[in-house]
Amino acid sequence: MEKLLNKIFVAKVNELPEKLGRTVHVHGLELAIFKLVDGDIRVIENRCPHKGGVLAEGMISGEHVFCPMHDWKISVVDGKVQKPDIGCVQTFEVKVEKDNVYVMLPEK
Amino acid sequence: MRKQKLVLVGNGMAGIRAIEEILKLSPHQFDITVFGSEPYPNYNRIELSKVLQGDTEIDDITLNNWQWYEENEILLYPGETVTAIDKDNQTVFTDKERQVDYDKLIIATGSVPFMLPLPGVDKDGVTAFRDIKDCEQMIETSDQYKKAVVIGGGLLGLEAARGLLNLGMQVDVVHIADYLMERQLDKTAGKMLQKELENQGMNFLLNKQSVKITGRNRVKGLKFKDGGEVKADLVVMAVGIKPNISMAKESGVPVNRGIIVNDYLETEVPNIFAVGECAEHREMVYGLVAPLYQQAQQMAKRICNVDCDGYKGSVLSTQLKVSGVDVFSTGKIIEDKHTKSLKVFDEWRGVYQKVLVEEGKITGAVLYGDTKDGNRLLSLINKGAMIEEYTDNKRSEETGNDLIASMPEEEIICGCNGVTKGTIIEAINNQDLTTVEQVKGCTNASRSCGGCKSLVSDLLEYALGDQYDQNQKESICTCSTLSRDEVIEEIKLKELTHTREVMNVLGWTSEEGCSKCKPALNYYLGMLNPTEYKDERESRFVNERLHANIQNNGTYSVVPRMYGGVTNAEDLRRIADVADKYEVKMIKVTGGQRLDLLGVQKGDLPSMWSELDMPSGSAYAKGLRTVKTCVGADFCRFGTQDSIGLGVQMEKKFEGLNTPHKVKMSVSACPRNCAEGSVKDVGVIGLDGEFELYVGGNGGTHMRKAELLAKVKTEAEVLNTTAAFLQYYRENASYLERTSAWVERVGIEHIQNVLSNKKTFIDLNQRMDEALSVVQDPWKEAIKSETLLRDLYENVKVPAGSN
Repeated sequence: MEKLLNKIFVAKVNELPEKLGRTVHVHGLELAIFKLVDGDIRVIENRCPHKGGVLAEGMISGEHVFCPMHDWKISVVDGKVQKPDIGCVQTFEVKVEKDNVYVMLPEK
Repeated sequence: MRKQKLVLVGNGMAGIRAIEEILKLSPHQFDITVFGSEPYPNYNRIELSKVLQGDTEIDDITLNNWQWYEENEILLYPGETVTAIDKDNQTVFTDKERQVDYDKLIIATGSVPFMLPLPGVDKDGVTAFRDIKDCEQMIETSDQYKKAVVIGGGLLGLEAARGLLNLGMQVDVVHIADYLMERQLDKTAGKMLQKELENQGMNFLLNKQSVKITGRNRVKGLKFKDGGEVKADLVVMAVGIKPNISMAKESGVPVNRGIIVNDYLETEVPNIFAVGECAEHREMVYGLVAPLYQQAQQMAKRICNVDCDGYKGSVLSTQLKVSGVDVFSTGKIIEDKHTKSLKVFDEWRGVYQKVLVEEGKITGAVLYGDTKDGNRLLSLINKGAMIEEYTDNKRSEETGNDLIASMPEEEIICGCNGVTKGTIIEAINNQDLTTVEQVKGCTNASRSCGGCKSLVSDLLEYALGDQYDQNQKESICTCSTLSRDEVIEEIKLKELTHTREVMNVLGWTSEEGCSKCKPALNYYLGMLNPTEYKDERESRFVNERLHANIQNNGTYSVVPRMYGGVTNAEDLRRIADVADKYEVKMIKVTGGQRLDLLGVQKGDLPSMWSELDMPSGSAYAKGLRTVKTCVGADFCRFGTQDSIGLGVQMEKKFEGLNTPHKVKMSVSACPRNCAEGSVKDVGVIGLDGEFELYVGGNGGTHMRKAELLAKVKTEAEVLNTTAAFLQYYRENASYLERTSAWVERVGIEHIQNVLSNKKTFIDLNQRMDEALSVVQDPWKEAIKSETLLRDLYENVKVPAGSN
C-alpha cells in the first residue's frame, strides 16, 4: 500500500541559518534541518543512533554532520553513519516552494 | 557422545593456562576437573613480590576468579591435593579420599622451594617465599619483629628483601657467590645492582655459606661456615626451586629432574601430560612464565587433536621486579673465547648494557639501568638475528615495545571505546594501516580522550616493525597532509582569511573540512589576526557556539563567572531564583570553585543569562576557565600573600581569551598550595616576599606535575609573566594541545629562554593585549543579537494539524 504523506510547512528558506542546524518539533517528531553551503536543504531525525546526541547542534561539513556528543559522522543526505561507526538515521523528503520549506511526513 | 574427562592436577599458572587454551580450541569436548592444594583460585605467582612490596593486593593478582570456573563449568577442588595416580585404571586419588577417573590427565604441580638442609630449618620464623601463605606469614612477622635475613641473592631473594624493607624490617641478604644474581648478570651489572640496593637500605653478606639456624623454638640467628653470624627474627630462604614431582614419581610416571615430556608435553605414560615447572623438556626445566605459556599452547593443541609443531624449548629472559631498579638479562650472559661483546657502560647515568655475539649472531644480553631494548633483543635472539640488525636499528630508544609485546591480546588499549590490543593488531594487519589516524578511523581506538595515542603508536611500530615511520609528520587532520606549522606558515604567507579559503588554497581533500580541522583553522586564523578575524560560529564545537555545556540528554549546563571563586549573598540569591524559575535539575559546585546549573533547555539559555546578569564562566571554552584560589593572607593563619585578590585580577585580565585548549589557573598564598597549582596550566604560589609560577600541570587524562617557570617579586610581574607564557602557548601549540603536552614537547628550559629575552617578553605581552582587546562577554552578546537568538537558540514547534 502506498504510504500517504503530509506536506508540512516548517520554515522560510531565508530564516534558516547557514551551515548550522535548526531543531523542529513537528507532530511528535524531532527533526534537524540543515541549509548546506550550496543552498540545499536537508532534514533528518534529530537523534544520533549512538547515544541520542542532538544532531542539529553538530558541526556541518559538506553533506555530513558530526554528532556533538561523540563525533560520529552522519550523512544528512541518506542518513547513513560513516565508518568506522555503523547505523542510520531517518531522513525526510523536503520540498521547497517559493520561499517555503516543507517536509513530507507520513500520515498519522 | 559422552564428553571426555579431563583432570588437571595443580591449579597454578601453567595448568590453568593450558585449560584456557583448550577451552579456546574446543569448548565442549571435555568435562574438566581441577585439583589445587592452595585454597585460592588461580593467581599470578610472579606478582607475589608486588603483594609483599605493598604495591598490590592479593585480589589484584587473581588471574581467574571463582566465577570463571563456574562460567566454564569447571569443577574445582581448592585446598585438595592429589596423592596418587592409578595409571592403569586412569584414576586419581586425593587427600580427601576422593577418586576421579580421567581420559586425559595434566600434571601441573609446579615446583617447591628448595630449603637448605640446615640444622634448625624447622624453627619458627623460617620460611620460603613461594605462595600466598608465605607472603602472609612475612607480613604478620613484620608486625612483631624487626630483623630479617634473606638467604639467596638471586631474583626471588632480592624481591623478597625489597618487600621486607617495605614492611619496615631491617634486611640482610646472605649470598654464597661474590656478586648478586650471578646466574642472570655478569659481575659489572651485579655490582651496580648491589650498590643501588644498598642505597635502598639492604645490607649484603656476600661469599657466605650458611651452616646453622640458631634459636630455641623461634629463630634467633644464622651462623656461617667462616664462623661469623647474624641475628635474625625471620629467615627467608630463597635459594631456588625444584620441580614438584614426588606424586608423579611415586605413581610411576618417569622422571629425571622433572617429569620427562616430549615436544607435545606428553609423559611416557599414555594420556598423561605434564606442563610448567614440574616438566622436563629436552633436559631443561623452566622456572619462568613465558616458557610455560608456550608449552601450554602446544599441549592444548595436542589434547584437542589440532595439528601443531610441538614445543621446541625457550630462550630465557629475566627481569627483576624491584622498584627503582631496571635489570634485564636473556640468553647467554658470560663471555667465553667464542663470544664477542658490545658494551655500553655509563657509570654516571647508571647504565650498563652488554650484548653477546657469537659468529655474528646475538646470543645473549645483560641490561642494567636502561632495559627498553630487552624484549627486542629477546626476539632477535629467538629468530637468530645478526648483530647488525640490532646495531642498525638502535632507534627504538623511546618505544614501548617491551610493554607491548608482553601485553595479552585481550588487554584494553582504549578505555573510552573498549578496543583491545588484538582488535588493533588485527586491523593493522588486515587493512594495511600505517598511521595512528587510520587506526583511529578503523577501530575507534584513541578517538575519545586520546590518552592511548602513544600506545597505539607503539602497537603500530610493534606490528609493522621497521616499516613504521615513527616520526611521521602529523597532519592537521585527514583532510590535509600539511602539519600545523605548515598550515600556519601558509596562512601568513598567502594572507588567508577564512577557513574555507585555507581549505581551497591549500588543497584540502574535502570541500568543507571536518570536525577536526574546522575548529583548528578557526582558532589559528583568530590567533594570527585577532582584531580583524571574524570568528566562525559554524566552525565551533556546540559548547562554544552556544556558550553552555551540552549534556548527555541534549540539555545544557550554565556556569556563571565567580572571579577567584568568590561570591556574595546577592549573587547566590539571584542564582537560586533563576534555578527555581527554570527548573534547574541540579546545582553543583565544580572542581574549579564555581556553581554549575545543570539540565537547562537550550531555548531557556538566553533568558536565564539575562536574569542572572553575570558574565559567562566560560566553563565550556578553549580558553581561560577558572582561577582557583586559596583563602590567603586576609583570613588564613599561614597565608603570606593576597591570593584571592591576585586570582581575581588574573581572571579579570584573561577571561574570554581564546587558547588552543582549556586553561586552568590557581593562586595559593603559601607552600601548602591549597589551590593545587601543581596540576594547573598556570599555578602561582605566593611566598613571603615572592611568587613562584608553575606551568604545564594537568590533573586530567595525562596527569602531569607543573614545572617551575619563574620566581618573581610583584603581582604585576606575575600577570606579565603569565601573559607572556600564555601568548607563547597560543602562538606555538597545536589546537587542542594542553599546556602540559606542549611544555613537555618544547621543554621548560626553552620557554624560559624565550621569556628571558626582554624584547620578546614585551612583544608577547603586547600581542596578548591585542588579543584581549576584542574580548566580549558571549552571554551579553547573544542576548543583544536577534540573529544569534534566532539562529542558535530558537527551536521551532510546528503546531499539530497544520499543513
